[in-house]
Amino acid sequence: MTERAQTRADPAYRVFVSYIDKSRDYYAAQGYERPYRWAHNDEAPFTPLAKPLSESRLGVVTTALGGSIPDDVDPDTLPIKAAYATPLDPIPERLYTMSLSWDKEATHTDDLDSYFPIRRLRELVAGGGLGSISPRFYGVPTEYGHRITRDVDAPQLLEYMRQDQVDVALLIPL
Amino acid sequence: MSLAARHLEANGIPTVICGSARDIVEQAAVPRFLFTDFPLGNPMGKPYNVDMQQAITAMAVNLLESAAYPRTTVQAPFAWGDDAWKARYMRVDDSNRDALREAGEKRRERQARAKAEGRVRSA
Repeated sequence: MTERAQTRADPAYRVFVSYIDKSRDYYAAQGYERPYRWAHNDEAPFTPLAKPLSESRLGVVTTALGGSIPDDVDPDTLPIKAAYATPLDPIPERLYTMSLSWDKEATHTDDLDSYFPIRRLRELVAGGGLGSISPRFYGVPTEYGHRITRDVDAPQLLEYMRQDQVDVALLIPL
Repeated sequence: MSLAARHLEANGIPTVICGSARDIVEQAAVPRFLFTDFPLGNPMGKPYNVDMQQAITAMAVNLLESAAYPRTTVQAPFAWGDDAWKARYMRVDDSNRDALREAGEKRRERQARAKAEGRVRSA
């Protein structure tokens, strides 16, 4: 085998990672007895665009926390989770991602645009591919219980977007 | 995040999710999904790779317009380059079983403390 072949995923298995399988085994090994029940729906809603992208205002949503929290903060002092809306001017230098489950061995989140592409979106607007970006960006925390997301955070997010007259949304979970 | 996208969409705001946990997002059933087959953390492109980030961002935004049906998944045409992370992330084997059990106990202690101190929301 060449070196290249050794680093490719084995096609005898699913070549994309199943995080449902992985996390079930991982948390079982951590001593959690009841596996997590992931959201499962048979159908998805669908709303066609009301106007062209070049005339639409886009809102960006992240699972990261705003507010310039340092990476080495004591996790016990983090604010209670809640949806938020924060002005995009100035562009945040960084967001806090350490409390989220991402692959801290394989990569890093030092480049904001790798998970919150605000500069890339501005370039898209400048090139005419998108009308505008909402003056605020939005955060929706990753919650264990579906009900808090569905009944508290999602309606709050909708309210923020209506206040900002957002036409379309880009949601980026880490 | 998938549940938030569904809520926006059901209330008239078209959405697209860009992410790397394909099974979780697809099982939740979302209107439009751009999948990047990368380690969790950089769904919009490799750090400091502006060209790749531009391409992925444009694909995500364009999917808002091009998707004709709900549950549309498109995969970004980029590979991380080395797939070793796929087996390594969240692995469980004899080398880390004890450490994981210990980490789980610490995590439960932390969660219990957060709950006792009123730092978690209840459903």
